[in-house]
Amino acid sequence: MSQAREGILATIRNSLGRGRLNPNGEAELRARVAAHRRNLVPARATALSERKRVELFVAMAEEVQATVTRVCFPAAVPEAIARYLAAENLPAELVMAPDPSLDEIPWNTWPLLQIRRGRAEAEDRVSVTACHAAIAETGTLMLISGAHTPTTLNFLPETHIAVVRRDQVVATYEDGWDRLRVAAKSEALPRAVNFITGPSRTADIEQHIELGAHGPRRLHIVLVEDSQAARSEANEGHSGSAG
Amino acid sequence: MLATSRNFEAAAQAGLANQNLQRALGLARTGFPLRRRLAVERLPEFEALRETGRSIKDHTLRHLDFYLEMYESQVVASGGKVHWARTSEEACAAVLQICRSAGAKLVTKGKSMVAEEVGLNDVLEANDITPVETDLGEYIIQLRHEPPSHIIAPAIHLVKEQVAETFRAEHHALDPDRLLVEPRQMCDEARSVLRPRFLAADVGITGANFLVAETGSSIIVTNEGNGDLTQTLPRIHIVMTSIEKLVPTFEDAATLLRLLARSATGQEFSSYTTISTGPRRAGDLDGPEQYHVILLDNGRSAMIGTEFQDMLRCIRCSACMNHCPVYAAAGGHAYGWVYPGPMGAVLTPSLIGIEEAGHLPNASTFCGRCESVCPVKIPLPKMMRHWREREYSKKLSPPAYRSGLAAWAWVARRPALYHALAEIASRALGWAGRGRGRFRTLPLAAGWTGVRDMPAPEGRSFHSLWAHRQKGGTGR
Repeated sequence: MSQAREGILATIRNSLGRGRLNPNGEAELRARVAAHRRNLVPARATALSERKRVELFVAMAEEVQATVTRVCFPAAVPEAIARYLAAENLPAELVMAPDPSLDEIPWNTWPLLQIRRGRAEAEDRVSVTACHAAIAETGTLMLISGAHTPTTLNFLPETHIAVVRRDQVVATYEDGWDRLRVAAKSEALPRAVNFITGPSRTADIEQHIELGAHGPRRLHIVLVEDSQAARSEANEGHSGSAG
Repeated sequence: MLATSRNFEAAAQAGLANQNLQRALGLARTGFPLRRRLAVERLPEFEALRETGRSIKDHTLRHLDFYLEMYESQVVASGGKVHWARTSEEACAAVLQICRSAGAKLVTKGKSMVAEEVGLNDVLEANDITPVETDLGEYIIQLRHEPPSHIIAPAIHLVKEQVAETFRAEHHALDPDRLLVEPRQMCDEARSVLRPRFLAADVGITGANFLVAETGSSIIVTNEGNGDLTQTLPRIHIVMTSIEKLVPTFEDAATLLRLLARSATGQEFSSYTTISTGPRRAGDLDGPEQYHVILLDNGRSAMIGTEFQDMLRCIRCSACMNHCPVYAAAGGHAYGWVYPGPMGAVLTPSLIGIEEAGHLPNASTFCGRCESVCPVKIPLPKMMRHWREREYSKKLSPPAYRSGLAAWAWVARRPALYHALAEIASRALGWAGRGRGRFRTLPLAAGWTGVRDMPAPEGRSFHSLWAHRQKGGTGR
């Protein structure tokens, strides 16, 4: 091992007035890490019904200049995207994640949308992705990298459109992370986990907030209401049960 | 980075006289504290989170050797590499070696205060590697060959006219008659100039706000998205960071993330919080092929166990400088090194020596706002006082100051004499100033009367008035 490494660790131990931790001490710390114990989590999003949680997600996302369209079914997504692009005067050419979860959407019902599947390139202007989770607490999208979910889609194009299923809306960052731990199981984490809250912005010139510094100028969220959770809530007659 | 902290007094005077700087600071002085306050008021748990944040950092520091080893083994397990660096030189050498082995010519950089600390850009340039800063503020000051004046808003000392002037002088390829008046136009120009650099870079260098021991991950928090383009597009990603950024788990990082953006910019959450673990995986369509972490010590490990250990809790939010009356008046460049404001006044002497940075812990009124807004409750005024004590005991302060302080201490330890002298002085000053009610000049007080009048005392000291009342007297 490098001299620098040994030197730094030795100085730390010396400063702490002890040698290397004994095996019991190390085991305690390992147990602390493995427990994934949550610290204090704000009640803002955790105490809400599923319905209120989704409302909070939408409100918080819109507060940071994301735009949100709500559609009832996956089949309505292509039209919603086409209308959004037309309203923003953007081309109907998309680069879309080769993500199987987007395959349930019948894209061919809206033939004017030209779609390429893959990572983003310099000339791409509009991207479409799904997400791993949506976090109500601050209106944040959680996306992960992978063979079907390239990270460049989140940052290179000027407009990023994210399709969010209603049952993906969770309360907190910790909830999103737990979903990832379950999904990744024993395997390593994905290379990148992106928490995205609104479009790119800067205030570096005279504290003036400008959108679209280097990442997307626009973040548009298409929220698909039809999901297990939504259906069960509908069956309960919108009673606002704790979710 | 070369320190000029010895010149604090002259630099602060120059800052006070610089009209552009005063205009720019005027915008910051109201904006940052207001936005932070509004964000804090929206989160009832904020105070409790500060306490939690502090205990997470304290726990990690008490077991830092363990968590560093856990972190390293996880970085290696995910396919990355950790380069330990005791000094700035070792850190720069490690980066240089990585760049050389890849034949790199162009390096993009997300904002990294550790890279500023070690003076990385100068080293790269001296070796024919071009570093391009991509954070808008960092890019502006790189073009102007200036150091950052703030840890999260590096160009906060500039007004937009200066930015426009810089862009006109440096962006030769663009139409000289273009409109460049509003920040919007300047942002768009920087975006269009930097985009090809992002795509062409061989190596991307970012900092890290946190390192997660459990997973070997580095976390960056940005608003512009430049950090993400920097670390996603090139073949190699280098994380420049330091040992005190460790936290045990994602849950611990989440708590600190809830504190960070609210304390820094008053945002609920920054636009981009990115957690990176190793290089691209088999099958990934993008991402770097190599992932390196430069883990800098540079004097931090020796702060553990001293009265300055608490400073290592710092999460670099900048709330202390945003609420500091001295920073707001003098600006960040006066501090003469990478870290300005109250956190710099404590950290800078720890890292480059009190001989070099002795002025900084003295540049405080001890009003205590810094400590009251610190998300991890660092007792900044107390630590500045420790530095003043060390400076005094090392005989570093000027002789006139030392003898004055010694004389005052001698009198202050003799209460009867002290009260008698105070009574005489206040009566004498009250009598001398009875006509005008204030003084334009006073012996030994030119530092005060040079820029404002000294009000004349009302005639008697507080102690004598109090004694008078205790005896049943009324009035004056």
